[in-house]
Amino acid sequence: MENMPLLVLILSSIVKILIIVHLLLVGVMIMIWAERRVSGWMQDRLGPNRVGPQGLLQPVADGLKFMFKEDLIPNHVDKPLYVLAPAMLLIPAFVAVAVVPFGSSITAFGYPIPLQIADINIGILYILAITSLGVYGVVLGAWASNNKYSLLGGLRSSAQMISYELTLGLGIIGILMLTGNTLSLRTIAIEQGAYPWQWNFLIHFPAFLAFTTAMFAETNRLPFDLAEAEQELVAGYHTEYSSMKFAMFFMAEYMNMIVGSAVTVTLFLGGWHFFGLENVGGPVWSGLISFGIFFIKTAIFLFGFIWVRWTLPRFRYDQLMNFGWKFLLPIALTSIVVTGILWITTNSRLVVGIGNAISAFIVVSIVAGLLVMTTPKPAIQESDSGFAPTALDTVE
Amino acid sequence: MNAEQILFILFGAVSLIGAVSVISFRHPIYSALSLVVTFFAQAGLFILLGAHFVAAVQVIVYAGAIMVLFLFVIMLLNLGTLSAKGAIGPKLKGFAVILGILLAIEGIYIAVNSANDTAVAAAETATGTTTTYQIGELLFSKYLLPFEVTSLILLAALIGVIVLVKRESQEEN
Amino acid sequence: MPLEYYLVLSALLFTIGVIGVLVRRNAIIIFMCIELMLNAANLAFVAISRSLGEANGQAGQVFVIFVMAVAAAEVAIGLAIIVSVFKHRQTINVDEVNSLKG
Repeated sequence: MENMPLLVLILSSIVKILIIVHLLLVGVMIMIWAERRVSGWMQDRLGPNRVGPQGLLQPVADGLKFMFKEDLIPNHVDKPLYVLAPAMLLIPAFVAVAVVPFGSSITAFGYPIPLQIADINIGILYILAITSLGVYGVVLGAWASNNKYSLLGGLRSSAQMISYELTLGLGIIGILMLTGNTLSLRTIAIEQGAYPWQWNFLIHFPAFLAFTTAMFAETNRLPFDLAEAEQELVAGYHTEYSSMKFAMFFMAEYMNMIVGSAVTVTLFLGGWHFFGLENVGGPVWSGLISFGIFFIKTAIFLFGFIWVRWTLPRFRYDQLMNFGWKFLLPIALTSIVVTGILWITTNSRLVVGIGNAISAFIVVSIVAGLLVMTTPKPAIQESDSGFAPTALDTVE
Repeated sequence: MNAEQILFILFGAVSLIGAVSVISFRHPIYSALSLVVTFFAQAGLFILLGAHFVAAVQVIVYAGAIMVLFLFVIMLLNLGTLSAKGAIGPKLKGFAVILGILLAIEGIYIAVNSANDTAVAAAETATGTTTTYQIGELLFSKYLLPFEVTSLILLAALIGVIVLVKRESQEEN
Repeated sequence: MPLEYYLVLSALLFTIGVIGVLVRRNAIIIFMCIELMLNAANLAFVAISRSLGEANGQAGQVFVIFVMAVAAAEVAIGLAIIVSVFKHRQTINVDEVNSLKG
C-alpha cells in the first residue's frame, strides 16, 4: 500500500465503499427474505413465496410499502430525538464494517488492492467502539417516544447492552494475546491458517461461545429481545415508529447481524481462509475466491442467527442478567487467565485450547453449583383438595 | 492551511459547541447527548495527536459505557419534569460566567507561556503513532503499581455501589 | 501544529466545565461537567505527551487511561448516590439537598 499512488488509493477506496454499502443493503433484503422463509421451513409452512421466484422480491415489495406508508410523528413525542434515533442506530452499523477484511487482495492497475476499506491498527477496538454506540438509537428512540412501554424497552436495552459489552470485549483478549502485537483485524485473519483446527474458535472455544452469545444479545434478537418483547411491551422501543423510520430500525437489526457475523468470522472462523483454495486462480481470481469463502462463512453464521431465533424462547429479565454476569463473564475472564498462563508456560496452541475448554467446564460447574445451593427452593404448598401439587401451584 | 489544521479546527469547534450545549440545554437528556458529541470530537483530536488507542478507549469507555449509564439514570428517574425549577438567578449566573472567563484567560495565559516554541508533531510524521503495544508495555512495567492501585479503586467503587444499593433495598423491606 | 492550540482548547473546555458546575443546579448535569473537566485534562495530557516526542512521550497516554478508569469508578458511585438521594428526597437539585439529616 505504501507505494500506491494517491489516485489509485482513493479510487479503489471509493469503489470498495460503494460495493460494500450496496452489498450490505442487498444483504439486509436477502436476510429478511431468508428469515421468513427459514422460519416457515422450521415451522413446516411455506413463508412468502408469491412475489417473484421463491418470494425473493418480497423484501422489495415490503420496502415499497414502507415508503408509501404515512410517516406519522405522534404529537406527544420529543421531535428532534424521535427523528434522530433511527439514524443513530443505523449509522454505526454501516460505519463498523469499514475495518472488516472481507477477502485477501485483488491485483488491479498493477497494485495489490486489499479487500478491506481501511486496515487500521486498532481495528478490533474500532469495532467495539462503534458497535457500542448502537445503544443510543434504541435508548433515545425509547425515551423520545414518550411512552411507558417504549421507556421500559429502552431501560432494559441499555442495561443489557452495558452488561453484555463486557463479555464482548473480554472474549477477544485471548485472541489478541496469541496474535502478534497488533489489533488489526487483517493480521488476526492472516495469522489463522487455512485449516479449521488452526482457527481461533477451537483454541478459544469458551471465549468463542461467550463472544457469540454476547453478540446475539447486542443485536437484540430473540433469546435476548427483552427491549422489544412483544408479549410484554407491545413493540418496545419502536412502538411509536411507523413507515421508513420503523424500516430503519428493522434494517439496523439485520445490518448488525451481518456485521457481527462478519466480525466473528474474521476473529474466530479464519476469515477468508479455507484449505485447498488459497492459491487457486490468478491474482484477481484468488481475491474473488477468498471473498466468496468469507461470504459463505458469514452466510452460514447468519443462518445460525435465524436458527437460534426460531428455536429458543425469550429469557426472563433476571435470567438475562444472571446469564450475562454469572456465566458469560466468568467464562470470558477465566479464558483470559488460562490462555495467558498456558501460552507463557507451554507456548502451544493445543495446550491452550484444551486448557480453555477444561477451565470453562469447571467454571460453569462451580457457578451452576453455587446458584443451585444459594437459590431457595420454591415452597410447594399442600393443596386442600388432596391432589398432588401441580406445576401451576408452585408458580407465583 | 493543511489538512491537520482544518481537522483540528473542526474537532475543536465541535467539542467547544458540544461543551457549551451541555451547560445550556435545559433537559438533561440533551445535555448528555451534547456531551457524547464532545467526547467524539475529543476522540478525533486524540487521533490527530497519534493516540489511536486512547481515542478508541475514549469512545468505548465514555461514549459507550459512562454516558449510557447517565442516560439510564436520567430515564430511570424521569428527570425531565424536574429540571425547570433548577436554575439559579441571572445575577449569580452572570457572576459565575465572569469568574469563568477570568479562569479561561488565566488558563490560556498559562498555556501560551508554558508551551513556548514546542510544536506537536503531525500525526503521520516521523515520530509516528503510539501503538497499543507501547502503551501496554509502559502500563505493565513502569506504571505497574498505579495500574494495580487503579484496580483497587475500581474494586472499591464496585463494593461501594453494591453497599449503597443494598441498604436501599433493605430499608424498603 | 503548535502545542498552544491544544492547551488553549483544553483550557476553554475546562472553563466551560467549571461554569457548568457553578451555574447548573441539577446534580446530573454538574456531574457531566466534571466529566468534561476530566476530559479537558486528558486532552492536555495527550497533547503534551505528543510534544515530548517518541522517547518519553507515551506516559501521558498511560495517565489518560488511569484517568478514564477513575472517572468510570466515580460515575458508578456518583450515579448510585444520585439515585439514592432521589429516592429519599424526590429531587436532585443540589440546593435542596442541603441538610445532613436524611
